[in-house]
Amino acid sequence: MYFVRRILFMFPLLVAISLSSFLLMHAAPGNPFDKERKPASPQIERNLRKKYHADEPLWEQYLRYLGVGWKHDEQGRLHWFQGGLIRGDFGPSLKNRDHSVNDLIAQGLPVSLPLGLLAFGFAMGLGLPLGFITAVKRGKWEDYAGSLLAILAVCIPGLVIGPLLLVIFAIHFRWFPVALWESPMHAVLPMIALGLYFAGKVARLMREGMLNVMQSEFITTARAKGMSENRLLLKHGVRIAILPVVSYAGPMLADLLTGSFVIESIFQIPGLGTPFVNASTGSDYCVVVGLVILYAVLLLGLNLVVDIAYVFLDPRVKYE
Amino acid sequence: MNFKTKPRSKWRRGFRILIAPAQCPIRAVQLLFFAGSLLLLAGCTRNEPRADLVIVNGAEPQSLDPAIMTGEPDLRVVTSIFEGLTRLDPTNALPIPGLASNWDISADQKVYTFHMRTNLVWSTGEPLTADDVIYSWLRALNPETASDYAGQLYFLKNGEEYNTGVIKDPSLVGCKALDRYTVRAELKNPTAFFLDLCAFPTLLTVPRQTIEKYGDRWLSARPLPSSGPYELVAWRVNDKIRVRKNERYWDAANTKLGLVDFLAIASAPVALNLYETGAADVVWDKDLVPTELMDVLSKRPDFHSFSELGTYFVLMNTTRKPFDDPRVRQALALVVDKDRIIRKIIKQGGIPADSLTPPGLARYQSPKGLGYDPEKARRLLAEAGYPGGKGFPRVQYIFNAPAGGAAVPHEKIGVELQQMWHDELGIEVELRQLEWGTYLSAESHLDYDMGRASWIGDYNDADTFLNLYLSDNGNNRTGWKSEVYDKLLQSADEQLDPVAREKIFQKAEAMLIRDAVPIIPLYYYVGLNYFDDRKIKGIHNNVLDQHPVNFIWKVKTPPATGAVQSPGMATVQLIETR
Repeated sequence: MYFVRRILFMFPLLVAISLSSFLLMHAAPGNPFDKERKPASPQIERNLRKKYHADEPLWEQYLRYLGVGWKHDEQGRLHWFQGGLIRGDFGPSLKNRDHSVNDLIAQGLPVSLPLGLLAFGFAMGLGLPLGFITAVKRGKWEDYAGSLLAILAVCIPGLVIGPLLLVIFAIHFRWFPVALWESPMHAVLPMIALGLYFAGKVARLMREGMLNVMQSEFITTARAKGMSENRLLLKHGVRIAILPVVSYAGPMLADLLTGSFVIESIFQIPGLGTPFVNASTGSDYCVVVGLVILYAVLLLGLNLVVDIAYVFLDPRVKYE
Repeated sequence: MNFKTKPRSKWRRGFRILIAPAQCPIRAVQLLFFAGSLLLLAGCTRNEPRADLVIVNGAEPQSLDPAIMTGEPDLRVVTSIFEGLTRLDPTNALPIPGLASNWDISADQKVYTFHMRTNLVWSTGEPLTADDVIYSWLRALNPETASDYAGQLYFLKNGEEYNTGVIKDPSLVGCKALDRYTVRAELKNPTAFFLDLCAFPTLLTVPRQTIEKYGDRWLSARPLPSSGPYELVAWRVNDKIRVRKNERYWDAANTKLGLVDFLAIASAPVALNLYETGAADVVWDKDLVPTELMDVLSKRPDFHSFSELGTYFVLMNTTRKPFDDPRVRQALALVVDKDRIIRKIIKQGGIPADSLTPPGLARYQSPKGLGYDPEKARRLLAEAGYPGGKGFPRVQYIFNAPAGGAAVPHEKIGVELQQMWHDELGIEVELRQLEWGTYLSAESHLDYDMGRASWIGDYNDADTFLNLYLSDNGNNRTGWKSEVYDKLLQSADEQLDPVAREKIFQKAEAMLIRDAVPIIPLYYYVGLNYFDDRKIKGIHNNVLDQHPVNFIWKVKTPPATGAVQSPGMATVQLIETR
């Protein structure tokens, strides 16, 4: 029941998100019809505004974007709005005029998605054991080395890691290509550059979780009952210690899947990050709102998955 | 907790912190993630043959619709897919016969009769006729198309009237198909550059059936009928555009390359990396040369620079005090040391400019500008009531933030200007960087004091620069209006004699750069590109920086050094013969 309510609640939330991003985009300075080269006649700009319904009042534009409502034309005939968000149509792009927002997502998502999953796998695969071992070997050299690594990964931004990896592995050693998205080899460096920060984050969360668990009462009880130290940590400790990582994994995955502008620019990857940033600077309303909604859906959906995972991992959690 | 460890080398022990111990469930999770990643990696493969030529083309084209596109990167792709009655000679960018094999021009130079080739077909096999040309022109003028560049067709009789809705009947526009292969264009004025315009994207021939069937999304249709030397195979946004030789093009026998890729890359370092590692053959956008490396790169034999029709200049808002006084504007212009800007910042990327119109224009030589004279500048400023800069208000100089990795150092130029105006005239100028949209809107709505601007010529004629400062031109962002100037350009339009026309243009430009001075020209653009000209031929350096792809060819590697062709090439040929 709880989860059904959660899912139903997502719809008004998405409408609110789309409305606020729509309004924010329109409130920001600049508009997509301001160009470096003005057309020969102001009439051309008016035609353009008419074509994209930018000459209508804002509320009408928003309803049209949602696809709810109607309008009378000059002859007084009634027209229901076509397309719109409720029919899964994210609208046209005002800058990439040959493409709709759906086209842009359909092209960018199949790139951002595998890259994000790769980086996610990399972050988890590296971060979890690193966190676990640094906690277990607390105070020993493994702890210092591992923690330093984790802190470095968190502190050095992709802006630095990316070019660094490029210079070393693509330009000096020539093991990997320098840019583009063509073959598995092209994905390796971006995966590392994108995932390293999250690997560090995961390692630190895992370490904290592990250290907390080892001091908790149920571990002490188990220890008192004579359970072997290995079994204690591996069987009961990890399951609880991983919870902070799990709750962080939802937003992290949403973040990774929607693409990163920095990494995409460094490695010239045709994901969703670049269109998003270009659209915001170019006031391409529909693209920005569409991608915000996509991000919101991913975030809400993944948080739901995280909450469900909690039920299985933590015996103390129950939803009514 | 104790993991039993065999004695290992220091390095192997170091790696232990990265791999979970065997008994731990995390080990399984880790293995799962790594295995999944490997699978995903394998799934990222794109099974595509390498193109015969890979070109780094600059920013992602906003449109490939000839009537809608506006950008330079767009243009370089569009002209390879669609063709007009004329096309550009790759050596000098002057018009040569395209879909039309020849033409007659009436004595008053107002009526052009084009005779089209009779063997023309679309890449999909349908015949291409005069009706297609007329359809394409009228479509660009149709208000519903909302074409930014419809102005290129205002030279036709009633073109402007139809586009702005004054007349509704397209048959009144001065273009007609006299028969299947003859196009008659009737112009408002004798237009010396009309043949150049016929090769301009807005006037290129587009497929009617496809557009009527698919509407705004017609470019997604495959196969897409093309009228030019190449047909569109794939277009992946922010990635690449792939074109393949159009075997049905009238001049297909002279198209050398089969598959060509245009990479959409706006970042100079990425472009250079791809080129240096052999992933790209040609980099042909001046914004793709990192300015920091200009000194090193410009000495290399595969680096090419040439003059281009473009100018970078400063705008002054003549509707605001103190810029409403021409003496103030002249004073500001007189102290700008353009050589210093080139020497310190732009380097090989520009030539000091004394005029708005760049050198190399057909039928035109620009007049002398104000030059550099701080002494005179101080005198003028004193006359205007600000001796030694005393009483001069604090003003702002605006410029746009760099975007997309393009390397034009607007800020550094601003700093130099600020210094010059301060040192020579005692004027305090504040620099203000604005986000692109805000910057455009500030200049368009005359909500600024001074700002940067630039202009790149659309066609090879002084008109493309000088008409900017007509009173009603939307790109005149200075507020400066002059009836005399408007009349001069009007009379130039009507002038048949090219020498007399040049004289009038010179008179008009002298107003711009010597007397009224709403703008301060800083430097002329220089086209830059890099490619190995021992291997790649047919890219000529012309003033429009346009290099028709069908004239480009690769030198076959001699058998002694190159031996076998790359497997990619072999696959391409297989596809071609199939």
